[in-house]
Amino acid sequence: MATAHGGTSAGTPKTKHPRRAHGSAAPSRTPAAAHDLDLLRRMLLIRRFEERCVELYSAAAIRGFVHLYIGEEAVAVGVHQALDERDAVVSTYREHGHALARGIPPGAVMAEMYGKTTGCSHGRGGSMHLFDADRRFYGGNAIVGGGLPLAAGLALADRLRGEPRVTCCFFGDGAFAEGEFHETANLAALWGLPVLFVCENNLYAMGTALAREHAQTDLAMRAASYGMAAWAVDGMDVHAVEKAARGAVESMRAGSGPHFLEMRTYRFRAHSMYDPDRYRPKDEVEEWKRHDPVTGLADGMRTAGLLDAATLEDLEHQVAEEIDDAVRAAEQAPEEPAEDLLLHVTGRHEEALA
Amino acid sequence: MSTRTRPRAHPDDGSTTYREALREALREALTSDDRVFLMGEDVGRYGGCFGVSLGLLEEFGPERIRDTPLSESAFVGAGIGAALAGLRPVVEIMTVNFSLLALDQILNNAATLRHMSGGQLGVPLVIRMTTGAGRQLAAQHSHSLEGWYAHIPGLRVLAPATIDDARHVLSAALVDPDPVLLFEHGSLYNAAGILDPSVRSVDLDRAAVRREGTDVTVVAYGGCVSKALEAAEELAGEGISAEVVDLRTLRPLDDATFVGSVRRTHRAVVVDEGWRSGSLSAEIESRICEQAFFELDAPVERVCSAEVPIPYARRLEEAALPQPAGIVAAARRVVS
Ligand SMILES: Cc1ncc(C[n+]2csc(CCOP(=O)(O)OP(=O)(O)O)c2C)c(N)n1
Repeated sequence: MATAHGGTSAGTPKTKHPRRAHGSAAPSRTPAAAHDLDLLRRMLLIRRFEERCVELYSAAAIRGFVHLYIGEEAVAVGVHQALDERDAVVSTYREHGHALARGIPPGAVMAEMYGKTTGCSHGRGGSMHLFDADRRFYGGNAIVGGGLPLAAGLALADRLRGEPRVTCCFFGDGAFAEGEFHETANLAALWGLPVLFVCENNLYAMGTALAREHAQTDLAMRAASYGMAAWAVDGMDVHAVEKAARGAVESMRAGSGPHFLEMRTYRFRAHSMYDPDRYRPKDEVEEWKRHDPVTGLADGMRTAGLLDAATLEDLEHQVAEEIDDAVRAAEQAPEEPAEDLLLHVTGRHEEALA
Repeated sequence: MSTRTRPRAHPDDGSTTYREALREALREALTSDDRVFLMGEDVGRYGGCFGVSLGLLEEFGPERIRDTPLSESAFVGAGIGAALAGLRPVVEIMTVNFSLLALDQILNNAATLRHMSGGQLGVPLVIRMTTGAGRQLAAQHSHSLEGWYAHIPGLRVLAPATIDDARHVLSAALVDPDPVLLFEHGSLYNAAGILDPSVRSVDLDRAAVRREGTDVTVVAYGGCVSKALEAAEELAGEGISAEVVDLRTLRPLDDATFVGSVRRTHRAVVVDEGWRSGSLSAEIESRICEQAFFELDAPVERVCSAEVPIPYARRLEEAALPQPAGIVAAARRVVS
């Protein structure tokens, strides 16, 4: 399952995978089983979506900096189990997984990477700047740590209005070294703001290993020094992530102030599509791949009798079809006209044009 | 002593200081719209480092007059987040020098989120800060960097120069759907005058002609407007009629007003407390040349700060800054 999905290549969408109707040998359909299947479907969607991005990037259909989330899917999917549509999410440039987990349609994300008018940022953002105001998804920030203060502000607004909402911000171990994190952690803890800090510790900031960027590498412990609840979580285990996130969010809705979750995870791919990935030992990568969150969940389900080959195949087909549709729609969508270049700079300009 | 530094000699003469005008504007905004709140370093218990928000904490409470830690980036960014969520934050940064610690938030978030999101997100945030020299505070508290901010698409940059503008600029800024930066010149806080009751609002799209004239247009903004007016007074004594245009809004620039004025006077002097190289004055001169070159009877003159970090010593500081005498001399050159 960890190998690249041999789907369609750019520009040559194939016929739809036949959707199989089956049910006879279906494994147990308890709520827990259905939940696991749902988690698996969500993670698979992110995984296969990004694998398709690799192909599209190689075919020059999408451009720019593209940062893949492969290996970290359990974090986005697990955390989103604890969030609902009232809540806000602030993300980074490695946000395809966060965006899809948030429910932004794959077509809108894909179209954004194509720079098309149907993209979730109307072609102004690309891979690193996905936005969806209706879903309270506030980017897509390519300045390391730059989104963190926004999370404090979103949470402050909720607090001032007495809304029991939380704001979740994702960021990396590299961002933890920025003043932005420390200023925001202090502010959020000082004011008791409902900010869920989700630090995706994948052990590297581009090519810089954790121990070469942090004097003290126990990030949860450092976060706790701001006076907020903080835990380290196995970020390769979607159940562990979900459990930790649910606990934190429940407690935050009850007014307990910010929480910090250090997700111990790993990215299987290079930092970006430009990165030759020379700084990591190959066997380290291979070792982590043995903890693949997607295959890990599937294997666990199989062992527990919750998943059979047909169901998995069906799931793969559904996901592949969804991605095919997204790519096809993105390819067929119109470009933003050059006359619209100056749109979306100031609101007054738009009012004047309206 | 010029009006710009005149202390309040008679507090009971019905006059209002620039500081009080700003405070009154804040009070009005806080009273009329419960989405508005003020935050920044020392805005509450201390009363604002320049005393603008003195007394507001008692009136509106600590939720709405919110003291922040020394974390420019975090509280400016939090202002952006709160604006995204539908509030109308007013963020005070002590001085433009310290705003550089929040420059990432201002440029990379406040100014760009609307565009990067394809028009989905607006940031209706007001950021107030002090700018400028004249109080012997040396280089790290005296610079005029508003011209840098005026470079950035997505922002509106304002420089109220009069007490009437100070009184009404905030309400206009708060209805703007985009981030507005408000630069208050430090030497203006004590300036006093009688508020004009007929002035009810500030047109942020228009520069203001503060004095009409026929021989030369003097373009200025913020703390330099009163110096330009002083210079115009002196020039009048010499029979030179100077028109003084106060830019008021540094971005977007109201070309129509200052170019229109130059078309009538055929001569221009641009006053800018920023450094000459790469300054706002260069932009203004360029627009005059682009749009009214054949109307000009003389090359445009510029009066800017000396290209030096602003020094502490009074004599040196005065020498570094645009002064009325320099404006007078430049005007004489262009009309001769
Ligand atoms: C302020 C800033 N400095 C540097 C960069 C260049 N850069 C982009 S990603 C990155 C590493 C960030 O690592 P981390 O926060 O751990 O996130 P990850 O990429 O591992 O998800 C760097 C240095 C940047 N985008 N912004």
